Amino acid sequence: MAARSDSTRLRVLGRTATRRATEAVVRAIVFACGWLAIVILAAIALFLFTNALRSLDEVGLTTMLSGTAWYPTSNNAQFGFLPLIVGSLFVTTVALAVSVPLGIGAAVYLAEFAHDTAREVAKTVVEFMAAVPSVVYGLIGVAVLIPWVRVTFALDSGMTALTGGIVLGVMSIPTVLSISEDALHAVPDSLRQGSLALGNTRWQTVHKVVLPAASSGIFAAVMLGLGRAIGETMAVLMLTGNAAVMPTSVFESVRTMTGTIAAEMGEVVRKGLHYSALFSAGLVLFAITFIINLAADLVLERQRKRWRR
Amino acid sequence: MNKKRIVALGIAAMMLFGAFALTGCGSTQDSGDGVDGTTGELTGAINVEGSDTLVNVAGAWAEAFMTENPGVMVSVKGGGSGTGIAALINGTVDFADASRGIKDEEIEQAEAVGVTPVEHKVAIDGIAVVVNPANDVEDLTMEQLGKIYRGEITNWSEVGGADQAIVLLSRDSSSGTYEYFKEEVVAAEDENAEYAASAKLLPSNQAIADEVAANDGAIGYIGLGYLTDTVKVIAVDGVKASIETAMDGSYAISRYLYMYSNGELSGVMQAYMDWILGSDGQQIVADEGFVPLQ
Repeated sequence: MAARSDSTRLRVLGRTATRRATEAVVRAIVFACGWLAIVILAAIALFLFTNALRSLDEVGLTTMLSGTAWYPTSNNAQFGFLPLIVGSLFVTTVALAVSVPLGIGAAVYLAEFAHDTAREVAKTVVEFMAAVPSVVYGLIGVAVLIPWVRVTFALDSGMTALTGGIVLGVMSIPTVLSISEDALHAVPDSLRQGSLALGNTRWQTVHKVVLPAASSGIFAAVMLGLGRAIGETMAVLMLTGNAAVMPTSVFESVRTMTGTIAAEMGEVVRKGLHYSALFSAGLVLFAITFIINLAADLVLERQRKRWRR
Repeated sequence: MNKKRIVALGIAAMMLFGAFALTGCGSTQDSGDGVDGTTGELTGAINVEGSDTLVNVAGAWAEAFMTENPGVMVSVKGGGSGTGIAALINGTVDFADASRGIKDEEIEQAEAVGVTPVEHKVAIDGIAVVVNPANDVEDLTMEQLGKIYRGEITNWSEVGGADQAIVLLSRDSSSGTYEYFKEEVVAAEDENAEYAASAKLLPSNQAIADEVAANDGAIGYIGLGYLTDTVKVIAVDGVKASIETAMDGSYAISRYLYMYSNGELSGVMQAYMDWILGSDGQQIVADEGFVPLQ
C-alpha cells in the first residue's frame, strides 16, 4: 500500500518535471520569436545606415535634407531631398484628408449604429480592400482618376499630388477604420448607458461621450494611416508624375521618396554615390515612419491603460 | 508605460549591438561554365540578368535557343542594368543585360575583384518622339526638341501647333533612355544643360505611351516597340522613327543595347552570342520591336 502510493507520487513528480521542461523550451522559443522582430528591425536600420554611409560622408545629411534639386545622374550631380520630402508630405496630406473623415465616419457607424449583419458585411469588405495589391489601385488610378482630375480641375496633366493622394487615401481607409473601430469598442458600455440615462440622444452620446473617450485610439489610427500612406510606393509612382520640383500646390506633379527609391534603385551603379544617396533617402523615410508608428503605439498604450480598470 | 520604456531601451540596445556584430555579406558563386559536349551537342547553363528594356528580347532569345539546343539551360532575369552589372561583378551571372554602357566606376569595381567586363552590342533601340494624335504638329527640328525638353519652349503655338501648354513626359532619371536622350537632345549643345524640372518622369515606356494617348498636350519619347495607333510619331529633322530609318542611320535618336560578359567568350556562351548576333537572334530583335544590328 505504502510502496504503491510512493511510486504514484514519483510518476506524478516525473510528469510535472517533463511538463516544466516543455514549458521552459516553449517559453524560450516564444521569447526568441518576440525578440527576433526587434533584431530584424535593428538589422534593417543598420543595413540602411551602412549603405548610406558614403553619401552621408561625401554629401552630408544637412546638404541632402536642405537641397532643393534632385539631379542624381547629372555631370554635376545634386542630391537634394527637399522636393521629395515635400512631395511625400503633399501626397500624404491629401491622403489623410480622404481617409480620416471616411475612415472614422465609417468606424463610428459600424461601432455605434450598424446592425450585426451590416457590420459583418462591412468588415469583410474592408478587409478585402486591404488585401488588394497597390499596383491594382494604381492601375485604376491611371485609367479613371488621372483623366478625371485633368478634366475636372482643367489642368494640363492629371498626374498630380492630388491624384496620388486620393488613391492613397482610399488605400489607407482600412487601417484608419479598423483601428478606430477597435478604439470605439474599447470604450466601456457604462459610459454610453450613463449618457443615455441622462437623456442624451444616441448621436449626442457618440459625439460628446464616446468619441472623446476614444480620442487617443482614434489619434493612433490616424497616425498609422499616415504611416501607411507615406510608405506606399507603387501607386504613387504610377500616379503623381514624379517631377522633382518643389511643388506649390496639390495640382502639380510631385516626386515622393518611396517612388524615387523604387524607380532608380535598379539602374544605379552599385555602391556608387547615387546608390548610397538612395539609401539615405530610405534612412530618412525609415526614421519618419518609425517615429510615427512609435508615437501611435505610445498613444494606443495610454488608451489601453485608461480603460483597464 | 514601464514596459514600453523597457522595449524602447531594448530596441536601442539591439541597434547598438547590431552595429558591432553585423558585417556586410558578400556572396561568391561559380558561374555556370558552359562546356562543349564531345558529341558536338551544346550543353551547359547560362544565367542572364539585367535591363528591363531588354528583358523581353532576352527571354525570347533564351526560349528559342533552348528549343534548338535542348542541352542548354538559359535563365533570364530583369531588375535593371545596374542590378545586372552588379551581379556580373559578384560572379552570380554569366551575362549582364544593359540598356546603357558600363560606367567607369563599375569597371573599377569589376577590376578590383578580377572581373573583366567585355561589351557585346546586341541590338539597337530606336527612340520615337510621340504626341497625341489630336496634335497638329508633324515635324520638329532637333533644336526645337531640345528647347522643349529644356523648358525653353512651353507652348505648342511656338512650334506651329495650337495654343496649348506642352506637357513634358520623360523616362525616369536613372533609366538608360533618360540619359541617352539627355546627351543627344537636351544637352546636345551645352553638356551641363538639364531637363526642365517640370518634366514628368514616368516609370516605363508604357506609362508614357498611355499618358500621351490620353493627354492632347503631351509629348514623350518611347521605344519603337511601344508604338501604337493611339500615339502620333513626330518627325525629327524631317525623318520619322521606324525600324528602317533607324537601321540605315537616317534617324538620329537611336542607341545600342548591350550584353556584358566576364572576359572573352568561349564554349556555350560563345555559341549563344554568335546565335544572338546571327539572323535567328536578330529576327527576334525585330519581332520584339527593336532594331536589328544588320
